[in-house]
Amino acid sequence: MITILISVGVTCGLMLALTVLLLLAERRLVNFGRCKIDVNHGAKSVEIEGGESLLASLKSGGIYLPSACGGRGTCAYCKCVVTSGGGPVVPTEEPLLTGEEIKNNVRISCQVKVRNDLAVEIPEELLSVREYTGRVERIRDLTHDIKELRIRLLDPPTIEYAPGRYVQLETPAYGDNPEGVFRAYSLSSVPSDAGYIELVIRLVPNGLCTTWVFEHLHEGDEVHFTGPFGDFRLSETGKPMIWIAGGSGMAPFWSMIRHLKETGNSRPVTYFFGAVAQRDLFYLEELTALAEELPWFEFIPALSGKDIADWSGEKGLITDVVRRRVEADTPAEGYLCGSPGMIDAAIAVLHEKGITDERIFFDKFA
Amino acid sequence: MMILAAQTETNYALSLLLILLSATFTENILLTRFLGMCPFLSISRQLRGAAGMGVAVVFVTTITCAANAALYQFVLLPLKDYIPAESLKLILFIVMIAAVVQLLEMIVERISIRLYFALGIFLPLITVNCAILGASLFMVNQDMLGIRSVVYGFGAGAGWCIAILLMAGIRQRLAKANVPAGLEGPGITLIITGIMALAFVIFQGMIQK
Repeated sequence: MITILISVGVTCGLMLALTVLLLLAERRLVNFGRCKIDVNHGAKSVEIEGGESLLASLKSGGIYLPSACGGRGTCAYCKCVVTSGGGPVVPTEEPLLTGEEIKNNVRISCQVKVRNDLAVEIPEELLSVREYTGRVERIRDLTHDIKELRIRLLDPPTIEYAPGRYVQLETPAYGDNPEGVFRAYSLSSVPSDAGYIELVIRLVPNGLCTTWVFEHLHEGDEVHFTGPFGDFRLSETGKPMIWIAGGSGMAPFWSMIRHLKETGNSRPVTYFFGAVAQRDLFYLEELTALAEELPWFEFIPALSGKDIADWSGEKGLITDVVRRRVEADTPAEGYLCGSPGMIDAAIAVLHEKGITDERIFFDKFA
Repeated sequence: MMILAAQTETNYALSLLLILLSATFTENILLTRFLGMCPFLSISRQLRGAAGMGVAVVFVTTITCAANAALYQFVLLPLKDYIPAESLKLILFIVMIAAVVQLLEMIVERISIRLYFALGIFLPLITVNCAILGASLFMVNQDMLGIRSVVYGFGAGAGWCIAILLMAGIRQRLAKANVPAGLEGPGITLIITGIMALAFVIFQGMIQK
């Protein structure tokens, strides 16, 4: 009996001593003091306690880099240029960076630890990114697998953005998912409706965030998101535009068309929207009505499925419809939003029509 | 008297040298005891990675052997009438190794950021390497305490390091060799390890401590 007690005592004593030693060491050794992060050559500066990742440090200083994996070094969205003080590239970054990027000091900010003063360069528009809290005002079924979320902003109460931008919606921990994750969704609302945002979310089977939206999120719930992010936007050239979208790729264009109407646009717009069957179409009446009302807007929905005998519109893959309807050597610009496969196919068709890469803008979601 | 003292000193230095040589070569922890095989098989593809791992092992065995020798000498031995020191040491050594590696990581990060990045992911990885625990256990089995434990730990680590460097050198050449399909990867590596082990085992018993 005594033997057991002394053995347990010795074991616990040793563990306790080592734990205390480690805690003391952590306090003394992993203390990097105050570190200053200079952003864009003095445009902004953040002062924090060292020891955290660059991504987290910037966040606590009010600068939000996009990140989908929550700082685990897998999504590579949080890339930024570290001009000084970043230390060598660590093994967890290597697979996510190209040789060219490493040469240009691009780093994965969630893998860079702040140990001293740093200087970073981030895209100018990220400086206006904020963290928002909102309340879900309405969840509406658009199709069998697409929902529309309308969120009223609480803090800050309004948001400013150009149509085409996206936000990162935070999915809290739920069910078997122990950590919160961020997922990107394009804003489908009109910028003038500044107190609200709307998102169009399609259910991805086994998707962490979409499952949460479809099964756990209710009207009246509080949600958090950061934004606006992205460089998908309308150009200012005044050239005619060809929009091509599929599924929830509708979102940015639903925002753009209403924005263009409000701002008195006259640029010709042809909007090709592809779906499989009639049950996958949404905003159809609204868009058809807009097309009748606005002389510069043409809406061409197309179905590619088999049982569409009673469909009087265009049939076939959206890329084939574009190939049929767009004339060769058009001066138009191409705007694309949808799955990577659809976008690659659509880019190929636009090339055929003589639209070069400088005139093609896209928002690819994986 | 003076001569005798000088002789004991020389003998002592000589015995340390023997401990070092036997730990490194004749009792090579990898090739005669086959401990620490997982990193040996997985990180021996490139010389660079092997060198990083090897240096990390030398580093960690030296320090954990010293720490565990102190633990054994000053805690377990005095209490050996009251506790089953022999079985308890297994648990306590693992705890000690885990703590020391963590501490080491913090210290290295603080002192030399260059070394920290050179060791990189290898340092936390070898906490669970059986060669590290093996070195500590063999050390106390042979009653090597105090300064001798440090020498033994360094020797055992160096032996492991030499073995993985040899293997990495061979495997880099092997990449261009025509290996039968069924033996590619771990298969041929284990066969080569066996042949290397023969060469090391042959020297066993040559050094009398």
